[in-house]
Amino acid sequence: MVRAMEKYIRPGIKVTPFCPGCGSGILMGLILRAIDELKLDMGKMLFVSGAGCAAWIPSPHFNGDTLHTLHGRPVAFATGAKLFNPALCVMVISGDGDLSSIGGNHLIHAARRNIDLKVICSNNMVYGMTGGQVASTTPIGAVTATTQEGNSERPFDLCKLVEAAGATYVARYSVTQPVALINSIKKALLHVGFSFIEAISPCPTQFGRRNRLDRPEDMIQDLIRRCILEEEAEGLTKEELAEKIITGEFLPCQK
Amino acid sequence: MTSRWIKSTLPKGGYYFSGNEAAAEGAIAAGCRFYAGYPITPSNEIMERMSVRMREVGGVFVQMEDELGSIGAMIGAAWAGAKAVTATSGPGFSLMQEGIGSAVFTETPCVIIDVQRAGPSFGQATKVASGDIMQAKWGSHGGDYQVIALSPWSVQEVYDLTIRAVNLSERFRVPAMVMSEEAIGHLRESMFVTEKVEIWDRKKGKGVAPFGTEEEDLVPPMPTFGEGERLLVTSSTHDPYGFRKTDDPEVQAKLVERINEKILRNRKAIIQTEEYFIDDSEIAIVAYGFTARTSLYVLKSLRKEGIKVGLLRLQTLWPFPEEEIEGLGRKVKRVMVPEMNMGQVVGEVKKVCGCEVVKLCQNNGEVIRPERINEVLRRIY
Repeated sequence: MVRAMEKYIRPGIKVTPFCPGCGSGILMGLILRAIDELKLDMGKMLFVSGAGCAAWIPSPHFNGDTLHTLHGRPVAFATGAKLFNPALCVMVISGDGDLSSIGGNHLIHAARRNIDLKVICSNNMVYGMTGGQVASTTPIGAVTATTQEGNSERPFDLCKLVEAAGATYVARYSVTQPVALINSIKKALLHVGFSFIEAISPCPTQFGRRNRLDRPEDMIQDLIRRCILEEEAEGLTKEELAEKIITGEFLPCQK
Repeated sequence: MTSRWIKSTLPKGGYYFSGNEAAAEGAIAAGCRFYAGYPITPSNEIMERMSVRMREVGGVFVQMEDELGSIGAMIGAAWAGAKAVTATSGPGFSLMQEGIGSAVFTETPCVIIDVQRAGPSFGQATKVASGDIMQAKWGSHGGDYQVIALSPWSVQEVYDLTIRAVNLSERFRVPAMVMSEEAIGHLRESMFVTEKVEIWDRKKGKGVAPFGTEEEDLVPPMPTFGEGERLLVTSSTHDPYGFRKTDDPEVQAKLVERINEKILRNRKAIIQTEEYFIDDSEIAIVAYGFTARTSLYVLKSLRKEGIKVGLLRLQTLWPFPEEEIEGLGRKVKRVMVPEMNMGQVVGEVKKVCGCEVVKLCQNNGEVIRPERINEVLRRIY
C-alpha cells in the first residue's frame, strides 16, 4: 500500500493475513482508494463483516468503526446500526459464502427494504478460510474440497438475485478491473439506497490449485481473460460466452 | 457509576394490561428506543405494541426476516447507541443463541423477552411452559459465560423486571433476559405506573479500552459508533482494544474469566428473591414465574391448617441465587421445587441446598394446579 493510503489503515497494523495472490488485498486497496477519492471521513464510517477471509478486509485493517459479527449476519447487524443512526455511512464487506449462502436471507431482505447499505461481496467462488469447500457461487465443474468430481450444482448469479430482490445499485467487476471497480465503489458510496457490488476475487490457495491454475498469476491471467464487459459480450457465440464472466453495471443508481 | 430518575413514559396511575403489553411498556420506560423482532406466538403482542409505540416515542421499530436477524440488528443498534430490546418464544429463542453468544463476548447490552411456550420444538405454541431456563444460561456454544435472567410472576412484575433487565444489561454490558411465560404474557390484570423510574445508562468514555478494565466492577466503558472512536468490535477473542487474538491463550483465558467474573462479582446488585413465612417454616417451596403464584396460594391455605410451609420466590434465575438457597437449606427440613418443565431449576437447587430437595415437574402445556402442589407438600411435611 502506498504511503498516502496509510492514514486509512488502523495504527499498529503492519501486515495483512491474506495468502500470496489473494484478491482481498487488492480489493482492500480499491475500497480505500474510492474512499480517498471521495474524501470521506473514515471516522464517520462503519464497516461490518461476517466470517471468512473477506470479512477480514475491514477488520481490523480499516481505521474506522469496524464490526466483525457472526457467520452470515453482517447485513442484519448493519441494518440495526444504520436504522438507529442514519448518519453513519455503513459498508458491509464480506465473502460470497457469508453473504449469499448462510446470510442469503438477510441479503435479499435488506435489498427489498432498500436500506442504505453499501454491500461489497468479495466473490472467490469457494469457502477459502475453511479449506476450499464448494460454495453457492462455485462454477459447474469446478473441483473443490467437497466436489472432488467437479461441482454439479448451478451457481447463483448474485447480481440478478439482489436486483430482483430490490437493490437500487448493482454491479459486478473483477479485482483485475481496478479502475472500473473503484468507480463502482464510489457510486455505491454516493448512492442513497441498497448498493451491491460483486467483486470477483481470486483464491489461488484453495480454488486455483485445485483447478489447474497453480500459481497466483495464473488465476489473475485467467480472470483478465474471462472477465469481459457487457458490451464485449455482444456478438459472442454461446460456446464463447460459456466460460466468460460478464461484468458491468447491471443496474445504475435508481432514485 | 450511578443511576438517575426520569419521568415515566406513561402517565402515573393504574393500567389494565396484559403481561405482553406491560413488557413493551417496561422496555420503553427503561429507555428502549430500538426494537427488532420476528413474529412468534405467544410473544406477538409485544412486537405489535412496539410497532406503534416506537413511532410515538421517536424510536426505531423493524420487523426482521428471522430471529437471527433480530438479535443481529439489536447488537448493531446497541453499538450505534441504542437501548435495544426484542421479544420471542422457544423456537426463536433457539435461533438467537449464537447471537446471544456474540452479545456476551462483545459485551453488548441487549434485552430478550422470552415468552416461554411448551416445547421441545414447535411443541404447543399457545400453551405455557418454563422450559427455557437452562437454555437461557447454556444455550450458546462454549458455555463459559454469564447472562442475567429474571422471572416475573405478575403483569406488574413483567413491567418492573423489564425495566430492571434493561438497566442491568446496560450497567453490566451483558444480555439480559426476561423469562416470561405464556400464562403471564396473556394474563390481564391491573398494574401501577409510578411517577418516576430509575434508569441506568452504560458507562461512556473517550479513548478508552472498550474490552478491558482494571475497575473493580470489571465493566469497561462502551463508546458508540460514529463518535470518531474508530472502534474495533469482534465476536472473535480480542484484547482490551478489540484486536483479534485467535491464538493467544492468555488473552482467551483473561477475557473469558472477566466476562464471567463481572457478573458473579456483582451478584448482590443483580440477585433478587422474596421470602414468605420462611422464618418459622419446616418445609419450603422454591418457585418462580407463574408457578410461584400458585405456590403462594397453596401456602396460604396450608398455613391456615397450621402446616408450617414457606416460599422462596426467585425473581432472578441467572446468576443463580446460590447463597439464598444455601441459607434456606439450613433453615428448613425439606424443599420442594415445582416447575413447568421436567426439572431444571431443581437441579441448581440441589447443587447448593443442604437439605432434602423434592421436585414437582409438569410439561403438559398447562399451569401447575394448586391441588398438585398441595398434595406433594402434605406428603413431605
